Amino acid sequence: MPDRPQPRFPEPNTQKYWEAVKEGRLTYQQCADCNTVVFTPRILCTGCGSSNLAWKDSSGEGKVYTYTVVRQNRNPSFAPLGAYVLAWIDLDEGFRMLSNVVGVNDPTTDVKCDMRVKVEFEKQDSGEYPIPVFRPV
Amino acid sequence: MANQMREAAIVGIHEYPLRVAPGRSAMQIKVESIKAALDDAGLKWSDIDAVYDTNDGEGGGGLGMAPYLGLKPTVIDTTQVGGSSYEFQTAHALRDIAAGKANVAVLTYGSTAASSRRAIGTGGATGQGLPNWQGNMEDPYGMITVGNYALVAHRHMHEYGTTTEDLAEISVATRLHATRNPEAVKAMTDLQFMGTGEITIQDVLESRMISDPLHLLECCMQSDGGGAVIIASRDVARGTKKKPAWIIGTGEAIKYRENGGDITTSAAAQGGPIAFAEAQVTPAEIDIAMIYDSFTITVATILEDLGFCKKGEYRDLAKGGRFRFDTALKPTLNTDGGGLSSNHPGMRGIFLLFESVRQLRGESTSQVAGAKLAIAHGNGGALGGTHAGGSVILAAD
Ligand SMILES: [Zn+2]
Repeated sequence: MPDRPQPRFPEPNTQKYWEAVKEGRLTYQQCADCNTVVFTPRILCTGCGSSNLAWKDSSGEGKVYTYTVVRQNRNPSFAPLGAYVLAWIDLDEGFRMLSNVVGVNDPTTDVKCDMRVKVEFEKQDSGEYPIPVFRPV
Repeated sequence: MANQMREAAIVGIHEYPLRVAPGRSAMQIKVESIKAALDDAGLKWSDIDAVYDTNDGEGGGGLGMAPYLGLKPTVIDTTQVGGSSYEFQTAHALRDIAAGKANVAVLTYGSTAASSRRAIGTGGATGQGLPNWQGNMEDPYGMITVGNYALVAHRHMHEYGTTTEDLAEISVATRLHATRNPEAVKAMTDLQFMGTGEITIQDVLESRMISDPLHLLECCMQSDGGGAVIIASRDVARGTKKKPAWIIGTGEAIKYRENGGDITTSAAAQGGPIAFAEAQVTPAEIDIAMIYDSFTITVATILEDLGFCKKGEYRDLAKGGRFRFDTALKPTLNTDGGGLSSNHPGMRGIFLLFESVRQLRGESTSQVAGAKLAIAHGNGGALGGTHAGGSVILAAD
């Protein structure tokens, strides 16, 4: 199993997000006052400053906004991955998250901007929290 | 308005000559540099009444720096926005001097990044420190410094058809300038570059891929270094040793990841126009562009954002050897050899000011004849995520 760094707590902004991940749900926030989609999790709306935020479940589907292939990371936690695809993913609900694209034969050629992807929750040797990553659909 | 009023100027500079300086501390590099910059200006220790610091020495920011120097300044500023700190501090010094709060400001930098093997350039990683809202969302994915910039490069290529060949024009011109600068040649030698001569576009393409699509020869070096800048009021500047470089426009902005945002546009798109409006000049008039070259894509993006061409048209701007000091096309780029081939101890912004001033004085090793206008644009933080952009437009006396 991969051995990625785990989220660390106490961290009150992101705790609820990670508890949902543990249940196999990818969540984001949306302002109940102005509908702005908020990500990463926090306690105010970045559109209007309201604290009236609702947690929502994402479909986990979206597309690759941009990506790179990291050939070497000096952090040994990433050594088991080999060359890996680091990407910004635009989810269909309108939020953008950093993640990895997995499940391609050759990471240097098989990923493109705007490629459709779907989330999966990758179990980790490093701890109890699986990590949301994306696979081409 | 601080535009053509010419209320303050850079009157003294010093670039610390060594890029590998074992046995010295950052604070010592800073102090040696202040002495040399004061000498360059013909000013004395007791003339300093404003201290700007990035907290890069052994701590304390302005609160640590002034006591070490034994000064009691009337202005203390500890603005820390990464590599663009010195452009922000120049903007602040101009305002403080124009407001009558100070007459002689000092900005300093000292770093032992190479000797202490701090991770920057191709070596940077994330994921240290206390648990925090950003780290918890990003650390599991293995972001590295060069990867952040590579994200910008891929989207730029996807949207506008930019190629590695286009980006390599920056590496090639910058290396040409480095070969003419003895301190840059010594830097590349001391840092054990595989070659210290001119390079070709093919060399860039064939260099090792670090984080797709960025190659080794598109990445900055990791050096020791530092320096100091003296900024003085109009009255003081009239009596200094060398020709003042007048600060005629400044702009400051930040940018960060936003849902649906455009990663190919940097903070320069917000701050640049403010600087040009204040200076009452246009990008087409700029002779020298000193642009923070952490990586090639940083320069390409910023040149577009500052208005040297439209967004997405960098590939056309790069044609014809425009960036070389020995062609008639403007702007000439990074004539000291840049962070790619001369000096990058982590926060390069101060070196952009040095070389701008040298050009306006006629002192560059790759001098552009009759250079009258220069822009120094620093980029701090990481281009593909949260970063700061500071522009300083300078005019010859
Ligand atoms: Zn709102």
